Amino acid sequence: MSADTDSTVDLKLPGMGVKKPQVRYDQQGEMSDQERLAQAMRHFAKDFGYAASIHMDSCIHCGMCAEACHFYVTTGDPKYTPIWKIEPFKQAYKREAGPFALFYRLFNLKPAVNTDQLRHWQELIYDSCTQCGRCTMICPMGIDIAGLVGQARHAMFKAGLVPHELHAVAERAETEGSPLGAKPEVFKDRVEWMADENDIEIPMDAEKADILLTMSSIEIMKYPQSIAAMAKVMEHLGLSYTFSSEGYEATNFGLLSGNTDWQRDMSMKLINAAIKCGAKYLILPECGHAYSAMRWAGASMYGKPLPFKVRHISEFLGEQISNGRLKVKAQVNKTVTYHDPCQVARRGGAVEAPRTVLKALGAEMHEMKENRGLNWCCGGGGGVITIHRADPIRYKAFQIKMEQVENTGAELLVTSCSNCRQTFDDGQEHFKWDKTAQSMLELVADNLVES
Amino acid sequence: MTLLDFARGPALHWSLVVFVVGVLWRLFGIFLLKHKRDLNEARNGGVAPWLGGLKLVVMRSWPRKEFMPSTGYNEAMGYVFHIGLAIVVFGGAFHITFIKGLLGVSWPSLPNSVIYFTGVITVATLVAVLVRRLTHPVLRVLSNFDDYFSWFVTIAPLVTGLMAVAHLGARYETLLAVHILSFELLLLWFPFGKLMHAFFIVPSRAVTGYMFTRKGAST
Repeated sequence: MSADTDSTVDLKLPGMGVKKPQVRYDQQGEMSDQERLAQAMRHFAKDFGYAASIHMDSCIHCGMCAEACHFYVTTGDPKYTPIWKIEPFKQAYKREAGPFALFYRLFNLKPAVNTDQLRHWQELIYDSCTQCGRCTMICPMGIDIAGLVGQARHAMFKAGLVPHELHAVAERAETEGSPLGAKPEVFKDRVEWMADENDIEIPMDAEKADILLTMSSIEIMKYPQSIAAMAKVMEHLGLSYTFSSEGYEATNFGLLSGNTDWQRDMSMKLINAAIKCGAKYLILPECGHAYSAMRWAGASMYGKPLPFKVRHISEFLGEQISNGRLKVKAQVNKTVTYHDPCQVARRGGAVEAPRTVLKALGAEMHEMKENRGLNWCCGGGGGVITIHRADPIRYKAFQIKMEQVENTGAELLVTSCSNCRQTFDDGQEHFKWDKTAQSMLELVADNLVES
Repeated sequence: MTLLDFARGPALHWSLVVFVVGVLWRLFGIFLLKHKRDLNEARNGGVAPWLGGLKLVVMRSWPRKEFMPSTGYNEAMGYVFHIGLAIVVFGGAFHITFIKGLLGVSWPSLPNSVIYFTGVITVATLVAVLVRRLTHPVLRVLSNFDDYFSWFVTIAPLVTGLMAVAHLGARYETLLAVHILSFELLLLWFPFGKLMHAFFIVPSRAVTGYMFTRKGAST
């Protein structure tokens, strides 16, 4: 990124991130167009295994995926058709890497991709895809389009074609340890603050612990009560746990921006911290992409199976309630609807655990019409909420969510992802809406049975 | 050598060679790529991943009720012309005789009237599919040469076959030769374009079903 790029973080906005830049720098590094293209193509094909190849080769252009995408459904613009978002890469795959690449080149059945095309596609690969994976649920060929968008992001990062704000926060995460300025000293300070305010002991950097707790930068900076909530639950369960100043930030902007090296660096901080304290469990916070990055890709980054188990906090709470160790007061006594975070539920599989928790809290569940694996995304995942120029389409997509929630008639809206929460906060302010998304973890912490 | 001799002889021979070699090349070009081992701990207590793969292969053949209003028409048209093609290809007495000559296997045929009727319905459906592709904003953006040419090589044998049985436009031998040649054009194009979905549909669904079931994710 250019030295004069504005990457100041604005912590006062409902959706935290880099301030709206006066001048955008959506291109990084000094490279010729030819070099950018070569980098993109090389890194797109890198690590291209059987699964990605068969999906690249299987599309029948039926267009059904459009109907599952909130950006298409709310705008009606065909460019937001999920499979179209990776068109240059499909083109490049067939022309350069597929089994009949020679044939495609010889008869020019697929024209060569150029850098201007990639620049043009930046909006489709980053601004208008939350990688929510709803399109995968509708594709008659079963193509994992969201996974292919992830591969395309690898190529775009190497080509230096990442949106200004997303690159800025990812770079900040790599260099400072947090995208939102939650550096180790800031984190320690906030943990101490929460310990004082809640009158509890919160262990930091314990030499030995069975459980390593982690947080997302959004929670640390915007919803610090989550830190105390995690600690209260652990205290209630009487478990040996700790936070670590060497590995606490579970948000992985390496993954979101498409930089695999940074993704590995960020994952390794948590893995090393867990190994250092001998943790048996690494608990991930209420964050969707943190779950994808560590639960379903952590071992891939480590290069071998992890020597500890990884759980999302909602899974952990569900397990502890099911086995009777975690005792909560069934006193919510309200109608509740639950927003399934895409990466945790649809793409992560933690679907029933949050419902187990909410029922134990005495909630009367009012499910949204499309729920669990078919839930509509809030529109802010995949780094989209950080990109200011994406706000207009994001707000359009958010209207589906508002309608879903309103239609349930539920008194309380609960979720288990801080990025979803801040997307709801932002939407709430934008539309002057009267619903706020509550944290499931905080709801549990507020209703623990006193021992 | 007459046109019919050419169609039944060298043209058939070489189009079959291109079809078989091409299909194998494309399949093995992908199947031989590295299969990455997933090192992440699988979710316990769920369906076995391989069973999840199998389940998706079967279940994805029918749209979910949530998507039915938006994709029902598309799916219905797809079903009609795919089933129509299967009835015509595998139920027609001419085709069974042809397959017997080629592979030595045969089965009872359907009445000619059923085949002709099905052929007409299938052609009509394929025309409707093309009209939709030309007019639907999403399909217009997505469509390329492969989509239109694959449509053409699919409908051509149907149209020429119906013309041959109706003795429409030329001598029967000429119409039959054109019909066989149009089928050979389909064989020649098959491995290179989207018609390969006939082979890809199972592994493409299965791999997603396997990966997602391993995580306990939604399929």
